[in-house]
Amino acid sequence: MEVPILKQGAVLIATFQAALSDADLNQLRMGLVQQVVKFRSRAVIVDVTAMDVMDSFASRTLREIAHMIRLRGAETVIVGIQPEVAFAMVQLGLTLEGVATALDLEEGLAYLNEKFKTTS
Amino acid sequence: MPRREGTPTPPDPKRTEEPSELLRELVAHLRQNRTQLREEWVVRITETRLLTAMTKEEIFAEATSVYDSYVEALETEAFEALQAYARNLSERIIPRGVETHEVVGIVLLLRDVLARSLFAKYQNDFKKLNRILDAYEPAANRIANTVAVGFVQERERVIRQQQEAIRELSTPVLQVRERLLILPIIGVIDPQRARQLTEQLLRGIRTNRAKVVVIDITGVAAMDLTVANNLVQTVEASRLLGATVIVTGLSPEIAQTLVTIGVDLGKMNTVGDLQGGIEQAERLLGYKVEKLAEPR
Amino acid sequence: MSVGEIRVAINSDQDIVSARQKGRAMASELGFSSGDATLIATAISELARNIVSYARKGQITLKGVHGSSRVGIVVIASDDGPGILDIRQALRDGFSTSGSLGLGLPGVRRLMDEFEIDSQPGRGTIVAVKKWRQ
Repeated sequence: MEVPILKQGAVLIATFQAALSDADLNQLRMGLVQQVVKFRSRAVIVDVTAMDVMDSFASRTLREIAHMIRLRGAETVIVGIQPEVAFAMVQLGLTLEGVATALDLEEGLAYLNEKFKTTS
Repeated sequence: MPRREGTPTPPDPKRTEEPSELLRELVAHLRQNRTQLREEWVVRITETRLLTAMTKEEIFAEATSVYDSYVEALETEAFEALQAYARNLSERIIPRGVETHEVVGIVLLLRDVLARSLFAKYQNDFKKLNRILDAYEPAANRIANTVAVGFVQERERVIRQQQEAIRELSTPVLQVRERLLILPIIGVIDPQRARQLTEQLLRGIRTNRAKVVVIDITGVAAMDLTVANNLVQTVEASRLLGATVIVTGLSPEIAQTLVTIGVDLGKMNTVGDLQGGIEQAERLLGYKVEKLAEPR
Repeated sequence: MSVGEIRVAINSDQDIVSARQKGRAMASELGFSSGDATLIATAISELARNIVSYARKGQITLKGVHGSSRVGIVVIASDDGPGILDIRQALRDGFSTSGSLGLGLPGVRRLMDEFEIDSQPGRGTIVAVKKWRQ
């Protein structure tokens, strides 16, 4: 299942539709970085609201995405982690350290707007 | 059809009464002497200072129903009614503060009072007394057991219910301002409570769309490795939902413990007291709180 | 209520997703809270991933257990892969490993109530974990 990537101004929004396989995640990683380069995006929001499980692989992939995108000078925000998923993640020691998080898409956009205001 | 095939025949069938026959005789005796035996029992209960939480009249009333249920259980050898009565009794007396040893005590007293009356009645026929006691004792013990177990089960149910209620009360997630939650933690945190606390907070963050949470642990007496790790996990899980956590009220002792066991306090945003924590939270949320005028 | 046994063959990363979905469904059917079902599904995901990463293929077995006073779920991950050389090492971790590479077994252990492992180099690995309904 492919993850749709939506371009909204300087922000790319990737929405996870359902449970993703490793292959889907790898594809997303490549796709996102390519599009950030192509559109010169300033930020990426990854919306994981639909993810019912976030295991070590998914978590590691998200961190790698964030790091690669930072190397392109852009920011990543992970939004929509469900309370139960967050609880399971910290039990596994997966804390997405160094990656920005927000409650949902709206909050993620608000966070980025605030950030752009102060940096530009 | 051959009669009673397969059942062991008593060694001396013509002389020995069936146990049920003996029980019938016994029950008749207990019914006949109901007033006197019940009175004696109540006296013994008061003497032994049991059921002190109840008045004399109450004790007498309960004693009467217990006595009748007791005799009925002996007669019918059906314990369901007694069980139901024991539960009902427990329900009424547990809130009064009646303890397990008291309930067991009074049932054992009744057993003794009745046994004594049997001694008195059959003192001239030792063999018969023995057979009567053979029939009486197992039944009496089973009754004592039934009542005691009924009481303890009821008590456990009440305790469970109270624990549930306390747990609900003890983890209030309060919204003090838009997007700001406060979680004051008081008392002992065991892993189960820690988990409940975290789940409630995470749900609270989502429903209130909170951006900042102040967790106040002034009321937490002690913290070990497990609890400390739970706290760190709560902070981390909140962040995954996009909320910043400020921990306040960390006592010097707890701070010491956390450092000793290697909890990375650098990851935790700590402020001395609750007031300071709320002030910082307001700053994070962009509030500026000012006094309008000096109060008169 | 009886929930039987479900076996899921793990041959590719696609199977990881289906194993954890089946695990979640069974957990819900057994009456686990959705929070617990998430923990169980996450543990299955980790175990199945170990199979794919280290043994290529194996099997996840899911079973309901009905004890005298409690209900639980058992997840067994088995493979004929290379096995684990040092089990103790595989089970060790700092409390807050940040999702770096590894077997993820300590994490799985924290997600569940009971944890058993049997493995020998060259002889495959069996991990059995259990969680009780609260």
